[in-house]
Amino acid sequence: MIIGAWISVFLTLAILSYLYKDNLFYKVAEHVFVGISTGYWTSMFFWTQIQPNLFGRLWPATEYDASSLWYKFYNVFGVFSSVFPEGGIAKGHDMHLIYLVPFALGIMMLLSVSSKLSWMARWGIAYTVGMAAGLRAYGFLNSNVIGQIKGSAFQLVNSNLPYFALVGESIFNNFVILIGTITGLMYFYFSREHTGNFGRLTKVGIYFLMISFGASFGFAVMGRISLLIGRFVDLIHYSSSTYNHATLWILLIMVVLLGYSAFMDKSAPIEPPAK
Amino acid sequence: MLKDRQFWMVACGLSLAFLVFLLAGHPGFREERVVMFLAINIMAGTLVYYIRLAQRGEDFYLRTIPGLKAVEEAVGRSTEMGKPVLYVPGIMDMDQVETVAGVIILGHVAKMTARYETSLNVPVSRSIVMKAGREIVRESYTMEGRPDLFQDDMVHYLTDDQFAYAAGVNGIMVREKPAACLYMGKFYAESLILAETGNSIGAIQIAGTASQAQIPFFVTACDYTLIGEEFFAASAYLSQKPELLGGLKGQDMLKAFVTAVILLALSLRVFNDLGWIGWNVIDFLTVQ
Repeated sequence: MIIGAWISVFLTLAILSYLYKDNLFYKVAEHVFVGISTGYWTSMFFWTQIQPNLFGRLWPATEYDASSLWYKFYNVFGVFSSVFPEGGIAKGHDMHLIYLVPFALGIMMLLSVSSKLSWMARWGIAYTVGMAAGLRAYGFLNSNVIGQIKGSAFQLVNSNLPYFALVGESIFNNFVILIGTITGLMYFYFSREHTGNFGRLTKVGIYFLMISFGASFGFAVMGRISLLIGRFVDLIHYSSSTYNHATLWILLIMVVLLGYSAFMDKSAPIEPPAK
Repeated sequence: MLKDRQFWMVACGLSLAFLVFLLAGHPGFREERVVMFLAINIMAGTLVYYIRLAQRGEDFYLRTIPGLKAVEEAVGRSTEMGKPVLYVPGIMDMDQVETVAGVIILGHVAKMTARYETSLNVPVSRSIVMKAGREIVRESYTMEGRPDLFQDDMVHYLTDDQFAYAAGVNGIMVREKPAACLYMGKFYAESLILAETGNSIGAIQIAGTASQAQIPFFVTACDYTLIGEEFFAASAYLSQKPELLGGLKGQDMLKAFVTAVILLALSLRVFNDLGWIGWNVIDFLTVQ
């Protein structure tokens, strides 16, 4: 636990040291972070997707038949028993040979290592892009277009809504949303110059956009501040004697080493922005 | 308006065939989804119509978008300074429309870097994006007659992890000090980390994304930001291909149409609430 705390403190402070300038501690943390995460995600994808969902559907334990040609082929890979266990892969799936298609596309992606066969990888890319475009078109049309039209047709008469409310739904607020939607749409009209009355309307649209961006910015910054506070709380916690004052020691060592490095490296002052 | 006779003949023929199908009992047609059927047909028809018009030589006016004009300036600046161009195509996979748009724009940027003999650095966080990026950059360099300048590791994989990727790109920025940083794709919380670092090294920065929550960060830290639709329109602007420009004009027409439908739907709802008509537009717009 103590070693974990020291590593956590070191990596946190090493990343924060970037605020001073690019330095050895940051480089170490960056490369550790990139390297470990690459290995972690590769392993995660294999053991949570490829092995159970792909191989598990091609050679499921539920339909294991050692005498069939399909499972004889499977047993050839039995030397990798953690991936291809004896008796088929028991992940609760039935056999779906349609999964040979993604399997083949995956193999084709791997063939990109060969310069002669690298064109095959394009099939996988084409499938991914085409499938996603078709699949999402319906959803986007439903939620972003029809849903927006439906939401804009608000109840104006016979409504229990108040005419004005600072917070929450009201007829006035619904009108504001309606004007914002229409003028925002107009701003993204490309085939007409934003001049005259049309230009005034698009200007209203960009004001609406900027106000919403400002609100979103403030909201996100609040979230980031809470994350920062969370890190500081951890650092303060790890500075206690339970963890042998990990934060204080690592901070001291880093400051001394960075100071020494800066003292020795007088020829390379911190560059101001080039702009 | 009726400039494409062939289009209108096909459209009328299909409408007539559908009418016959409708009158014949329309087996398999789900009436509760008729609004989606209409939406898909109107949108597809409008886009096809304007793309055909553009292909037949119709000239469409397009207003200037400063962020797009700045892309070539940014590459030019990198060339003058002898520094690389850094291109970040977002952190998501090719199943996201923003990533696809980002990779398409990468092709145009690669043409510029090939023309000016400027080095290009594209760190990516997804394996399929890496492959697609390499293919499009290779094609751009070949089209510009400079296949000799292309290297596979111009487009290189870092990691799938969001913040590890941000740390890796930051490291590249502070060490290589690119003169231009372009962020075009789908971004999440790493957007401000990237844009702030780019700002600190004095690079000219152009961002393009449809990620609503990240646009504010790019607006704050970048020199130019392509907001939502502007980002998707970028490839049409940069390529000036008739079919893409026609598609852009078609989208504009659809925006005008959607605006009209919003006002019509609001009016119909008011009329229904007043009891003047007995048809509820909200039920019609609800896709079951």
